[in-house]
Amino acid sequence: MKPVMIAIALSALLLGACSSETQAPSKTALAASEKVDTGGSAKGDFGPPQGEPIHAILTSPPEVPPATGRTAPAKVIVELEVRELEMEISEGSTYTFWTFGGTVPGSFIRVRQGDTVEFHLKNHPDSKMPHNIDLHGVTGPGGGASSSFTAPGHESQFTFKALNHGLFVYHCATAPVGMHIANGMYGMILVEPPEGLPPVDHEYYVMQGDFYTVGKYREKGLQAFDMQKAIDENPTYVLFNGSEGALINEKALKARTGEHVRLFMGNGGPNLVSSFHVIGEIFDKVWYEGGTHYQENVQTTLIPSGGAMMADFHVEVPGSYVLVDHSIFRAFNKGALAILKVDGEEDKAIYSGKEVDSVYLGDKAVSLEPVTEARDAAVSGTLTLEQQIAAGKAHYTGTCSVCHQDNGEGLAGVFPPLAKSDFLSKDPEAAIHYVLNGLVGKITVNGKEYDSVMPPMSQLNNDEIANILTYVFNSWGNDDGRVSAEQVGKVRKETPRSEGAAH
Amino acid sequence: MNFFDSSVKRAASRRGHRLAAGMIALALAFPVVAAEYIAIPGGAYQSVLPTADTPLDVIIKPMSMRAEPVTNAEFLAFVRSHPQWRRDKVAGVFAESRYLDHWMGDQSISDAQARQPIVKVSWFAAQAYCESEDARLPSWHEWEYVAAADETHRDARNDPAWRNRILGWYSKTSNGDPEWVGGAPNAYGVRDLHGLVWEWVDDFNALFVSADNRNQGDPDLLKFCGAGALSMQDRDNYAVLMRIAMLSSLKGADVTGNVGFRCVRPDQETTP
Repeated sequence: MKPVMIAIALSALLLGACSSETQAPSKTALAASEKVDTGGSAKGDFGPPQGEPIHAILTSPPEVPPATGRTAPAKVIVELEVRELEMEISEGSTYTFWTFGGTVPGSFIRVRQGDTVEFHLKNHPDSKMPHNIDLHGVTGPGGGASSSFTAPGHESQFTFKALNHGLFVYHCATAPVGMHIANGMYGMILVEPPEGLPPVDHEYYVMQGDFYTVGKYREKGLQAFDMQKAIDENPTYVLFNGSEGALINEKALKARTGEHVRLFMGNGGPNLVSSFHVIGEIFDKVWYEGGTHYQENVQTTLIPSGGAMMADFHVEVPGSYVLVDHSIFRAFNKGALAILKVDGEEDKAIYSGKEVDSVYLGDKAVSLEPVTEARDAAVSGTLTLEQQIAAGKAHYTGTCSVCHQDNGEGLAGVFPPLAKSDFLSKDPEAAIHYVLNGLVGKITVNGKEYDSVMPPMSQLNNDEIANILTYVFNSWGNDDGRVSAEQVGKVRKETPRSEGAAH
Repeated sequence: MNFFDSSVKRAASRRGHRLAAGMIALALAFPVVAAEYIAIPGGAYQSVLPTADTPLDVIIKPMSMRAEPVTNAEFLAFVRSHPQWRRDKVAGVFAESRYLDHWMGDQSISDAQARQPIVKVSWFAAQAYCESEDARLPSWHEWEYVAAADETHRDARNDPAWRNRILGWYSKTSNGDPEWVGGAPNAYGVRDLHGLVWEWVDDFNALFVSADNRNQGDPDLLKFCGAGALSMQDRDNYAVLMRIAMLSSLKGADVTGNVGFRCVRPDQETTP
């Protein structure tokens, strides 16, 4: 017996000391295309923790803690507090979220493979409910849930070794589990590979979740959880970071042209799978499912409920990039929208003008009959207001409604309304400028502030712009008005602009 | 909210009457009249808890249940007459450090607290209080049986409105300042079973088989994802199940800002 024991002890020591050997397989994270086996959890134990215990830095979304920068396994103490808080789910609507750390998603935890994590789960004394935590990065039954069932005003502690590297979801697993998750009880823990992740300029933390309220989408006041909708998997809201306003306007994610951006993107569910896409951007690398290997040059990536992914991309062109769940009604009708705002110099060689996305044009089957009719009438000098409106409507549907919506109401906080817009009626002439030259920066429309980018639409000809604006001024309860091609032509001559932008 | 206003007036007039009678010597004292108990007829019903030794049809013997949860004022009177339950004197094994720590002093509460339900009270203290009223804590089944009622039906559990009212309370954050007792009486005449506080039950720690978290082969029903759903007879009962989950997370000496209690008395005629 004894020699065997000593041999085991020795090998354990060797494993702890000889880090270069044990950690070599993980270099494949950097050369993923080779798809070399990392050895998984069987090769993830680098021996006992070394040095003084470290208190983990936890961050609120969308921030991410700095890289651990460690080269040896450490003991890391994580203290996470559960709070039940009434917070805004949409403007004027609140919801009682159950949170890890006071935010949805919960605090971001960052450790290194081989670290020993001493986990403290605290349940605030004001909580009504008991809670626990199941971390998908834990090896062991329940993922910590069985060891962390915590009454209000109490604290639980358990310890685990992070054997597998990757990006992992954590969530509450107290019954009814679906309700605890639907109330926002999820977050992520990153277990870095031993050599760390390639450096980037910005790391951001975003999680999608689906929410089920008794009241309708955007109904005002405190909204209660609706179990039946949750069972039917029919969410009222699909959101990034727990609120419709979480990542827009001044809270948008930010980067500058020429920078590398990394998204740690998870999906808390409880029900939906995300078809995650950034409009106008292509992921250079996607560590799909949050695992070791990456795929390159990806447009849209699936993120399972209770799953995650990491994506790196380089930004070249300034503008607002819209993060969506490309199950697209969720984006435009349930709130799954966020903005990445990229500042910097234009590079016309790469992209001629500012753009949101053109994919949606395919969805709009536009009848061009009224357009032809209006063109013929204009040539013969008999163009009527009705013909202009009909032609303008066809163009509007094909071009403008992507952002401003078919009903002219835009999207609150993202795309300003044209319907009964005080901004437009203040100076109808200026509308021609906006269409031709675009509009960038803060504006206030009907008492709401908008800070996004409208690309120049100068590729439209004078007739088309005149017809679109005439349609807008005669629709949705706007005061009537009529714009002629000559007016547009005059403005076009007065302002220099790049041709060929947009659509 | 009419019932609420009238209960305020009722409390105020009671106090006025007793002040006039010169019965109060202390500057800060609250009128405590004998608690009202409501006769509950026995019966059979289906519990949400299908444990191995609990048949689906649970028989409840006739009993009397306190019409309202115990209030701070009532509990204050209790600790005055039973000083071993004062927060400065209680033994640590019977009540943790936060026991009654929302009170102004060891023997004083604020005016606003008088008609609030007592919270931050341990199971041991609740049990001792009930004994002082010649009563005991209800069993889970007794509590569940009476709490199945709404204002007009003794078993309203199939009514979505009944469930939504419970869930409505769950969806309100707690600020440690509960509303006053005196909600609308249910079909039995019992008030505030839902929407005010969690309530201790006599057998709170027997609601589940294993309390040993390390016993992975036989995990606690509520501590794992799938098992929680399995333990529900009817998925609509999850609102009640959450109450059980709450109680099962506690130990006898624990207190929280949302757990109070009421008492029951076995029926004298049927219990020799």
